[in-house]
Amino acid sequence: MEIVSIAGPVTAISSRPIKISVQGVGMVYRDNVVLAKVDLDLAENSFTCLLGPSGCGKSTLLNMIAGFAKPSYGQILVDGRPVDGPGPERGVVFQEYALFPWRTALGNVAFGPMQKGANKSEQREIAMRYLAKVGLAGHENKYPGNLSGGMKQRVAIARALANDPSVLLMDEPFGALDAQTREVLQEEMLRIWEQDRKTVLFVTHSISEAIFLADRIVVMGTRPGMVKEVVDPGLPHPRERTDPAFIALERHLKHLIRTEVQKLGVT
Amino acid sequence: MSTQEGRARRPLAAMVGPSVSVLIFLAVWLAVSVGNRTVLPVVNPVLLPTPIEVLQSGIDAARSGDLQRDILASMSRVFQGFLLAAIAAVAMGVAAGTWRPLERLVEPMIEILRPIPPLAFLPMMVLWFGIGEMSKIAFITYAAFFPIFTTTVEGIKHVDPLLIRAASSLGASRTAIFRYVMLPAAMPAIITGLRLGFALSFFVIVAAEFLAADSGLGYLINDARTYFMVSQMLMGAAVIGIIGFIFHVLLRALEARLLRWRSAVRA
Repeated sequence: MEIVSIAGPVTAISSRPIKISVQGVGMVYRDNVVLAKVDLDLAENSFTCLLGPSGCGKSTLLNMIAGFAKPSYGQILVDGRPVDGPGPERGVVFQEYALFPWRTALGNVAFGPMQKGANKSEQREIAMRYLAKVGLAGHENKYPGNLSGGMKQRVAIARALANDPSVLLMDEPFGALDAQTREVLQEEMLRIWEQDRKTVLFVTHSISEAIFLADRIVVMGTRPGMVKEVVDPGLPHPRERTDPAFIALERHLKHLIRTEVQKLGVT
Repeated sequence: MSTQEGRARRPLAAMVGPSVSVLIFLAVWLAVSVGNRTVLPVVNPVLLPTPIEVLQSGIDAARSGDLQRDILASMSRVFQGFLLAAIAAVAMGVAAGTWRPLERLVEPMIEILRPIPPLAFLPMMVLWFGIGEMSKIAFITYAAFFPIFTTTVEGIKHVDPLLIRAASSLGASRTAIFRYVMLPAAMPAIITGLRLGFALSFFVIVAAEFLAADSGLGYLINDARTYFMVSQMLMGAAVIGIIGFIFHVLLRALEARLLRWRSAVRA
């Protein structure tokens, strides 16, 4: 197998400066170790997938980087500064979209620029531009209640991008979508990322999604949650799901994750 | 959405059903009251006026100007009392909904007072505030306060925490989150509370005017009782019904306008 598979801090993409540094981070909830000591460096403008079964603490790790939760120990640095609460330089896309239902698609996307103090016409101009970028030109006056799941997630992505964050944190963003919509959005996500480079951290439990998207896949294990293996797919884009190398990597990851699921017993 | 547009496009057609229902009610009333006089006397005809007599008494009262004066007196009390209640209850509700210690302090007091019918306090209000306008306004304020307060607290407390996270990761400050997320998210609940509170103020004003007043629709009814004018008593009740209905329709329309985004969710 020509898979680059290294445990611990990696060197493959590390010619780029480090954007996010997770240093000895753990999370204990009551007597439960949700996440044991995690060390992880994310290079600037890299696309990292956190892959693992439910209960491996991948969303917990993302929430701590977003500033929604505090680690029980260890620290997280973004641009060398410790994370203290949420901030506009770290955009978040949630699985449940989290759109403001009383604001139109335009109003949702304009929210970030509004908080930054942009005037009405600037807000509108920025929002229109990002809605067009995610393929929603012409839908700007619709309320979230009138949009399909895929369109809602497009709005949510546009909303996060319109704030021009340097980090984009995505928590199983396509988890609630049907298989077709999901694949379309994965392709769009790559297209957007190639135009508009950000440091992306993308949480998923779909192996093929991770291989399709990521520069680097961080496989997480359970009981306690921890980093089990770091894999750099190293396949050229666009990645073909039927490519033998793709399938080989998929099989390898499936095996890894199955062992982790078995640790949980009957599920 | 399509049904709403359909309703708006043919308002006349939509009114046919309700009108028929009202007409049937009036026809039955007419038949029973006329029948009581001619074919089958059951009660003293003085006790069961016909709809035409009630209408006539309304026309008489309007000619003399008494009806307008009474309507105005009642409505001005309702508006003043309701307005005070709305301001106090929304402000306190928002405070208690956002600040837990205050909620813990206030909630038990409210829960003890709430089951007591406001009417139980009416004689006391008259003692405290005299028989002038103050006692009636205070009484309405007291009665309308509870539904508005409780729904506001619930509305603020049940704001989806994910929306707050989304806003904070878009750079919203605490005040911005309150203004742009908590308030709009709680708005449906607050409006429901206002509607209930308004209905209740209307409900209790008549009772207050029975006890101590020299004007108002409650006074009109009570005054007619003294002189045994049954058709005027019924006329007073009918006027209250009509005004209540008009305000119900207006408030519903206002609600639909303010909460346009919600119709999108239902469609």
